[in-house]
Parts: sequence; structure tokens; C-alpha cells
Amino acid sequence: MGYVAVKGGREAVEASIMLLEKYRTDGDCDVELEAIERRMSLLVDRVMSEAGFYAPRYAALALKQSQGAADEAVFLLRAYRSTLSRAYRSLPLDGAGMVINRRISAAFKDIPGGQFLGATYDYTHRLLNFGLAQETPLEIASIREKWKACQTQAEPGPPIFAGRVSQELKDEGLIAMEERDDEPNDITQRPITFPAPRSSRLQTLARADTGFISALAYAGIRGFGPTHPTVGELRTGALEVLIPHPLLEGETLCAGEILVTEVESIFPEETAETKRQEEDDPLLALGAGQGDKADVSGNSLGLGIGYGMVLGRNDNKAIAMSILDYFLESGEGILSNQEFVLLHGDCLEMNGFVSHLKLPHYVTFQSKLDRVRGARRDGCNEGL
Amino acid sequence: MKDFNFAFLDEGSKRAIRRALLKAVAIPGYQVPFGSRELPIGRGWGTGGIQVTLAIIGDGDVLKVMDQGSDDSVNAISIRNFVMACTGVRTTTDSEAATLIQSRHRIPEIPMRNDQILVLQVPLPEPLRMTEELESVTKKMHAEMDYAIMWLALYENIVRVGEIELGADYPVMVEGRYIMAPSPIPRFDNPKLHMSETLCLFGAGREKKIYALPPYTDVRSLCFEDHPFRVEDMSGRVCHLCGARDVYMDEFFDSASGDRLFQCSDSGYCEKRRRAASHE
Amino acid sequence: MNEPFALSLEGLVVRHGDACARCTRNPDSFQRNRCPDCGSIWAARDISLRVREGEILGIVGESGSGKSTLMRALYLDTETVSGSYYLKSYRGGEEDVFKVNPRKRKHIRDHLLGMVYQNPHSGLRMPYSSSANVAEKLIAAGNRSVASMMGRTNSLLTHIEIPINRVKEPPRNFSGGMQQRVQIAKAVANNPPILLLDEVSTGLDLSVQARVLDLIKRVQREFGVTMIIVSHDLAVVRLLADRTVVMLDGRIVEQGVTDQIMEDPQHVYTQTLVNSLL
Repeated sequence: MGYVAVKGGREAVEASIMLLEKYRTDGDCDVELEAIERRMSLLVDRVMSEAGFYAPRYAALALKQSQGAADEAVFLLRAYRSTLSRAYRSLPLDGAGMVINRRISAAFKDIPGGQFLGATYDYTHRLLNFGLAQETPLEIASIREKWKACQTQAEPGPPIFAGRVSQELKDEGLIAMEERDDEPNDITQRPITFPAPRSSRLQTLARADTGFISALAYAGIRGFGPTHPTVGELRTGALEVLIPHPLLEGETLCAGEILVTEVESIFPEETAETKRQEEDDPLLALGAGQGDKADVSGNSLGLGIGYGMVLGRNDNKAIAMSILDYFLESGEGILSNQEFVLLHGDCLEMNGFVSHLKLPHYVTFQSKLDRVRGARRDGCNEGL
Repeated sequence: MKDFNFAFLDEGSKRAIRRALLKAVAIPGYQVPFGSRELPIGRGWGTGGIQVTLAIIGDGDVLKVMDQGSDDSVNAISIRNFVMACTGVRTTTDSEAATLIQSRHRIPEIPMRNDQILVLQVPLPEPLRMTEELESVTKKMHAEMDYAIMWLALYENIVRVGEIELGADYPVMVEGRYIMAPSPIPRFDNPKLHMSETLCLFGAGREKKIYALPPYTDVRSLCFEDHPFRVEDMSGRVCHLCGARDVYMDEFFDSASGDRLFQCSDSGYCEKRRRAASHE
Repeated sequence: MNEPFALSLEGLVVRHGDACARCTRNPDSFQRNRCPDCGSIWAARDISLRVREGEILGIVGESGSGKSTLMRALYLDTETVSGSYYLKSYRGGEEDVFKVNPRKRKHIRDHLLGMVYQNPHSGLRMPYSSSANVAEKLIAAGNRSVASMMGRTNSLLTHIEIPINRVKEPPRNFSGGMQQRVQIAKAVANNPPILLLDEVSTGLDLSVQARVLDLIKRVQREFGVTMIIVSHDLAVVRLLADRTVVMLDGRIVEQGVTDQIMEDPQHVYTQTLVNSLL
């Protein structure tokens, strides 16, 4: 039986779902949630980040159900999230307060508090390890032994905390301090409006599709953005989520811990004095050339910061987010166009609208056909 | 679906959507932004319409879901099954028996009544988008009723090809105030919106907008004095199943003979006619 | 001064930037128009003008002197800090048009003012046909008859010497001079009493420039329209303007009958300008 989208579709859909279930259960090996959550944790992290929903076990379940399709898993989590009522609103979290398990800076060799490489594939050679094909319990046990051994050699120290690298530069006056305490907007409750406040921008980027924002950030640093950043600091670690105590005023409760990756990218920029509001203003032509001394002294350089924070371990998404945050704020060209950058990177929205093209469009196509036939029949494209 | 709330969404979300609906009814044709929720159905697959349906549906409702006129389209089935599963309401394919009709891209052929509600799914709620890509700009254009560019686009069409090229989703002027996208219904259905007895609600889930036409709203398709609005030409077309004329037809080719055939796009209407004929 | 004026502007101040305490308190405390403390640009500093009906007023000055800012303000296209603006054609000049609501502002821009920009991209919709570009103004004025608009746009476009067989073409297919002529046709489509022209001949070849300037003179004669012409080129202003205003650093430094300014410039800056012309 052929696929007919309109007529006889019911049976086709039922059969299609059955086939999906068959594919999902092919072979004799169950996929345990524990295995997905623990051993595919980077995939779980990505799904949670794009879903904007921190729940590793549910993410693992979604991945099992979706045969590992990350976009489908994000979809499942988002839809489930819609059925839950919002009980609390957390207090603002501060990434400076995280318990660090990875922290690097590309700007300085030595940073107060130190650098910790943590777990990264960056310095591995990406050689397919055929040994993993038949990994024995014995081999796994030996890896554990090795890990235990190096744990005892170096005393496990206290949890690592450290202030941010950027704080030093702020203290030095190189980065303009910007204190904004506006109540953040939640785009899932009130849709984003333009020009979008920074809270809406950051929330949108944090939930965006990893591939989408990585590609945009890449385009930006390759030449479609104004400048090239330096990663001032990248850190991964656990953050406590605090909520106001429901009964005791002024008290807080810890609702749980989340693993996050935070990045601050540093960009060289002209100081605020020389920024103009209107880019296309003819007065911009008034450069230092024809100006007086005051003009020249105003043209000094400073540093700007782009911020990224994403759920889970995901270096590249956090870096890409920090780059786009900066370009949106101060860039030129397509990457400072808020509507372009912020409206097209949501995993559900982009995949949903692209895939809806598979739905029948018989009525609308018929309407278009009528216009084309009409224009040809009337021959009225002859002239005015 | 017993793990989930009645009509899937939590009560707070449903209330938020109903508040947006009230505002939409109060300002006919104005697009009200709302906090669109994610559903188990794909964005772009009718989630705006479904959220509206879920927010207003009650125990006593009788629901009809149609997609491009058809009750049997895979997506109509999927949406109907979903709403049924999370509400337990009765469903029908008879537009006259329904209290609530959710539709993608068609308005039923039999005129709807005042005690019914029509929910239309909207992919692109902004009629000005074809002339202006930025939301912040189109929002201002609506506020200032700055619609010259829209007319200009139609005028340009006529200058270039002698015909307005817009097929479905042909823009309308609501109460002489807001230009509105009627959703991709064929032009054939546009006149049904004018002074309609029925409350029409429009939901765009991905774009997070809701808008409405309360009963008896003035709705005019954009046109020029010397270039009147024209619906699709259905003249001479006869449904090969029920013999109907002057309704919107699907066109297809008989796979055996290769002949071009026509068939009512509104499958519920066609079925009803055939039932009535066999009773005679 | 009771002679009939078409346009009157009083005390216009326009600033780009957020301003600081120093420049807000005393915008005259620095030499040029840029505050050395906060970098704000005071693009128009207390500008007042009156233009009589049917007069052509020329505005000259170097780039950055505030000419274009002044034009944008006159076209109600920029935020102002202070100042008031009266048009005889709007309620007899009784109401400050800087203070009208956005819909009235749009009405004024569509009916009472015509604008021709230096860059044709600012004034024209490049992908649309030239005919539609001119028709946009007619549509904005409420015309809903395709035939009447086609008639009017064809007659305007042929009047400015665009061949009839090219009116369906978009202006992006045209040369710079032709684009400027389409802009002029668009600007006069609704017979506005005032036409604003911002560096319209800048960047064109000399022969093309002459043709555009000639068209402007013809339009002024035939439509009896009041004009304000901005140019950094004194020769253009000398050719067209009855009266001339000289701007520097956001201020008017000298104004008077054009011939008088050319023959006997008073301000040192005007003298430099006039000398460079000779």
C-alpha cells in the first residue's frame, strides 16, 4: 500500500508507529537508563540544555524512547514540561559560586585560584578505539583501580571555589562595570519582544540548538562579526539552586544541584565615549582627523565581555553563546540582528516548521494553481 | 493519558491562554502575544490551534478536527486522538453536530452557527511579513496603521503580472483597522469570515500569537476599486463522489485512467451529501 | 515679520548620545559639537529658520556640520531634544508638528513633505518597479484605483524622462541619475507644498548632475513648490537657491540672499568656502 497522506492515513500511521517500536527494540540488548545517563552523559547534557529542563533521568528516558535522536528527545522533554505547574522561582544563581571541576583560561597562564583541566577530549587523539568493541568487566575494573590510585596519591582537597578572571580586569578599570538588576523576563511565560532585554537574549541562547549557535558564532569569528574573542574563562561545575523558603521569610531552601558550563569571552572594544548611537550618522565621518584634542583622547580601547552559561558539560555551546551575546550587544551586521539570531535557533521550532512541509498542502497549492492558471488564461500580463 | 491533567496543560497555562483569548476578542484582528507551551505535537503542525482548543474545551463539547478539509488526514487524526485522549470528549466528522471545530486551512462548507466556535491553525500570523522581515517593525506598522507597503505589494503584482499572485492566506482588513492573516484558507473561504455568526479563534503556536474575530465582525479581503477580490474559480467542477458544485474542490488524477477528477475538499460535507442521497 | 512663510523652525536642538551633566548644563563649553567628556554629539544647536512660500533655500556646510540632521528633523525623521516646527500647510501653522502623534506625523510626511535623499537606496524600494515606487505615495494618500495610479505614475515618470517602456523596471536597473529622477517623481507624486533635497546631485557625473539640477528647477517652476536644498557644493546652491544658510558644527553661522553671500561673505568659514569655489 502506498503512502496516502489524506485518505487511509489512519492505518498507515498505526503501522508506522508499530515499525518505529520494532526498530527501537531490535536486537537482544536492552538500553538501560542508567547506562544512557551515566555513560552517554554528554548527550544527556546536550538534550537537557536544548530542552531547558534539568532532569538527567528523564533525558535518558527520552533518548531511549527516541532511538537516540537528540531533537526528538528535546521534544519529549519540552512537551512533558508543559504539563507541570510552576511551583517556585529560584533566586539568581551566580556562576562565581560554583564548585569547580574544570576551569581554564585562554587569556592568562596563571589565574588566581588556578586552572583545572577537568575532563576533556581536547587533547586526545581521535583514534577509533577498537578495544572498546569488546570491553570486559576486567578492563573496566582496572580503569577504576587506576583512578582510585591517583585519588589516594593526592589528598582529595576541599571543594574548589574561585572568583572570576574578569573581576581582576574590572578592578583594573579595563572592563566597564554594568550593573543591571532588572527582573529577568522568562521567555517561556512571556514571549520575547524586540528589542529584547538581555535576560531574554541569554535565555534564548542557553536553550538554543547547539549546532545552530555554534555555526552562527563560527560565522561571526570567521568574518561576519566585528572582532575575535579570547576565552577569558571557561568553567564547569555544580551550582546550588536556591528558592525562597515557602514559610520562613528571608530564608532560602536548596532545591538541588545542577551541573553547568559557564564562559566569559573577552573582546577588545572602543570605550563607551567613542560609541555613537546612530551607526549610519554622517557625523561618524567626524573622525580623529578633523577633531580637536578631546576627540583623540576619547578614542581609547577597553574590553567587553560576552557571557555564556548552559546546562551540563558543553564547552562549545557555552563559548558560542558568549560570542553571540557579545555580538548581539555591540556587533554590526547580521549577527547583531536580534530577530535573525534569536528567532531561528530553537530546536523544536526549527525542526517543527521544516518538518511540517511534509504535511499535505492540497488546498493551498490548489489556490496557488488557480492564480497561475488565471494569469495565463487572461493573458493580462501583456502590459499596463 | 491518565498521568496528565484534563486537556494536558496545567490549569495555570490554560488560564494564561484564555486571558490572551479574551484580549484577542476585545481587539478583533490584533495579534496578542502569548506564552506558547510545547505540546507532544510538532511546532508548525497545529500547536497554536491545539493550545486554543485545549484552553477552551470542556466536558460537554463535541469536537471536529479537519486538515485541509479532511477529517481523515493523518494530522487531523493525530490531533483528534490527542485531544480525545487527554479530555475524553466526543468527536464527530459532521460540522453541524460539532460545538468546536479545529481546522487547518479550511472553513466548513455548511455555514457555521453562533453556538459553535471555529479554531484555525496559523503557521505565519503576520500578514505584513512578506513585505517586512522584522517583527519590531511590523508591530509598529500595525500600531500606526501604516499599511501602504501592503497595498504596494498587491499593486506591484498587478503591474508586473496583471494579477495579484497571493493564493491562500489572502490578507483581510478587520473592522477597517487591522490587516490580518486569515490563516492559509483558500480565498474561497475568505468571504465566510465577513459578518460570520461564529466566533473564530486563530492560534499560532510557533510564532506565539493568538487573534480572534468575534461574531459579526466586518472582514474585507484587500482589493482595489478597479481590481476586485476574486476567489478561486470552481466553475464547471463537479465532485465525482457526491455531485456537488460550487464548493472548494481537490483536484487529482485517477491513477488508473489518468483522468483529471474533482472531489469536495470538505470531506465531512461530501460524506453527509452521499449519506442523504442514499437515504432517498 | 508677517510675510507668508511655508515653514518655520525655532530653536532646534538634536543630540546623538546620552549626554552627561557637563554637556547638558552647558553645551557651549566645548569648541566643536562633540562633548569631550561623554562623546555625545550635539548635531543641531539652536537652529532657527523661516522659508517663504515658493522660495528655494540652500544649506551649505562641510560633512558633519549638521545639514543632514537638520533635514531629517525637517522630515520628522529624528528625535529632537527641543525646538518647535510649524508648517503653513498643517493647520495654518498653528500647531507644533514636532509634537503631533505618530499617525498625524505620517500624514504630514505622506502629504505635506517630499524628501529626496542623497542615497537613492534611502528613498526608493529597489526591488519594486519604478511605477510602484511612485505609486507608494499615492497609496499612502488613500488611492485605491489601479488605473488612476498607473495613469499618474506613468505621466510623472515620463515627465522626468523615464521611457515608458522602462517604468515596470525596478530602479536598481537604472543609472544613478535616473534613480535620482525617480526619487524626485516619487517625492512630488502627491504635490507636497514643500520638497526637501539632501545632496541630490552629489556623486553624479557633471553632465548627469546638470540634468538633475535642471529637473529640480523645472519642478519648482511647474509645481510652485517650496524647496530646501542641502549641499556641500556651493556651486549647486548658487545655481538654485534664492537664499542661503551656512552651517558649521551644528549651528548657523551666516545666512542671507545667495548672491550677497557669494559676493560678500562675512564669517571666516564662509569666506574659505567661497574662496575655494573661485
